[in-house]
Amino acid sequence: MSFLFNGFASWKEYCETQQLKLHQPVLEYETKQKGRSEEEVFNGLLQAYEVMKEAVNSGLSEEMSSRSGMIKNGAKKVYNHPVTVLSPEFQKLISRALAAKEVNSCMGRIVAAPTAGASGILPGVLYTLQDLHNLSDKKIVEGLLVSAGIALIIEQKASLAGAVGGCQAETGSAAAMASGAIVYCLGGSVDQVFNAVAITIQCMLGLICDPVAGLVEVPCVVRNASAAAIANSSAQIALADVSAVIPVDECVDAMGEVGQSMETRYKETALGGLAATKTGQQISKRVLVQDIEILPDEDK
Amino acid sequence: MAERSSVFDMIGPVMIGPSSSHTAGVVRIARAAIRVLGDQPEEAEITFYNSFAQTYEGHGSDRAIIAGLLDFKTDDKRIKKSLDHAKEKGLKYTFKSVGNASTFHPNTIRLVLKSGNKEVEVIGESRGGGVIRITEVNGFTAGFSANLHTIIITADDRPGSIAFIADVISQDGCNIATMSVSRKGKNDIACQVLEMDSGLRPLTIEYLNSLNWVHNLIYIPNID
Repeated sequence: MSFLFNGFASWKEYCETQQLKLHQPVLEYETKQKGRSEEEVFNGLLQAYEVMKEAVNSGLSEEMSSRSGMIKNGAKKVYNHPVTVLSPEFQKLISRALAAKEVNSCMGRIVAAPTAGASGILPGVLYTLQDLHNLSDKKIVEGLLVSAGIALIIEQKASLAGAVGGCQAETGSAAAMASGAIVYCLGGSVDQVFNAVAITIQCMLGLICDPVAGLVEVPCVVRNASAAAIANSSAQIALADVSAVIPVDECVDAMGEVGQSMETRYKETALGGLAATKTGQQISKRVLVQDIEILPDEDK
Repeated sequence: MAERSSVFDMIGPVMIGPSSSHTAGVVRIARAAIRVLGDQPEEAEITFYNSFAQTYEGHGSDRAIIAGLLDFKTDDKRIKKSLDHAKEKGLKYTFKSVGNASTFHPNTIRLVLKSGNKEVEVIGESRGGGVIRITEVNGFTAGFSANLHTIIITADDRPGSIAFIADVISQDGCNIATMSVSRKGKNDIACQVLEMDSGLRPLTIEYLNSLNWVHNLIYIPNID
C-alpha cells in the first residue's frame, strides 16, 4: 500500500484498477498503515472540520489582536465592509480565511493543515464551499481525505515546512490541498482534481517565507487569504478541463527543486524579504526580547 | 527511514497557535517537566535559549510554558490566559533569556521547578511540529520524547544493574524502545532512561523503588 503515495500518477492508476473513488485509497492507507478504523478516521476529520469552522466563527466575532499589534481584527473589517469587490461570496471567502488564520496568530485553537502557518486556507475554502453548494459534512470529510492524500505526496516529494521549502511549501501546499478538495467535492474527475493541484502549485511556486520579526503574522495572514483565492481560481480553471500542461507530479518536483535552491534567508529565518525591510527591522526591534544574557564562555 | 505520516499529520494536529514549535512543543516540555517533579510546582525558573531567547514573547511561548506547568494540554484554549491562571493557583515564576548557548539546540528551555523541599532541573528542546526531546534531567543526560512511557532511574553504578532492570521490565511485557545511560563517575551514581511502548504496573514501580541500590525512580506515562 505504501507505494500509493509515491506520486499522483500511481494514485490515479490505483483508483482506476481498483475502481475506487479518489478519497478511498487515502482512507485505506490510514486504516491499513495506521491501524485506525474507517469510523475513527471519519470522526477525527469531522472533528477537525468542526475546529476549523469554530476558528472561522471566532475570528469573525471575537476580539483578535496579536501581542505584537500587527494583527488587529482584520477579518471582521473585511467581512463587514460595504464595498464588495467581486461578489459577497468572494468577500466571505477572503474574510473567513483571514479569520481562521488570525485566530492562529492570536493564540486561539486551530487545525494545522498542513501547518499552523497555513491554518486559514482549508477553513476559509471549505466553509465557503459547503455554504454555497449545500454539501453534506460527509462530502467535506471526503474532500479532506483527498487533501490529506495531496499533502502526503507533497511531503514525500518536496516539503511542507517553511524552514525547508519556503512559503510555497506551507501556503502553497495548503492551497493545492484546498483546490483539489473543491474540484473533488463538485464532482470533478480525477484528472480535473490533479489539474487543479498542478495549476495551484504553478501559481504559488517560488513564494518565500519572510515573516516580520519571525512571527506568524505578516505576511502569513494575508497570504492565507490570497492562497484561498488561488485555490478557487485554479479549481474554476481545472473544472473546465483546461490543462495545466506540466503534469502534477512534475509540478511537485519543481516545487521541491525551487525549495532546495532557495537561500536560507528566505526560509523562515526572518533575515530576508519583508523581514529585512526598514519597517520590518523596526518592528522586530520593538517586538523581540532585548534583555538577553550573552554567556562569556562559548563552552557554556 | 522515517515513519510515514498519517492523514492526521496533514489535517492536524488541533492545537493552539501560532506555531507548533513555539506553543505545542513548549507546552509539552513543561508537561514532561512537572512529571519529573512529580508534583504541581510552586516556583519555576524558566530560561529560554538561543532562537527562543528573542522570540518567546512574540510567539507566546511564555504563556505556553506556564500552561504546561499548570498541566494544560496543547489544544487547551486556556493557554492564552495561562498567566492569569498561574496567579490564581499561586505559581511563582521568573523568565530569563540566554542568547548564545552554542552547545544547545536553537529552541531550548531550561526549567528549575520547586515544590516543598523538592527541586528538579529539566532541559528540553522543541524540535518542530510539537515534537520534543528532554535532553537533561538533574544534570544527567536523558534524551526522551515523552510520547512513550518513560522511566528514569538513578541508582548505584554497578555491574548488572541495567540487565536487572531490563529483566524486571520485561516481566510486564514492556518493549524497550530507547535507552540511555550516563553516570557521574565510575562506581558513583548512574542514571538510566528507558522509553517503553507500553506502561508498567504500579507493583513493578514499587518493587524497583524498593531496591536498596536504587536512589530515585521517576515514571512518566505518555504525557498527551
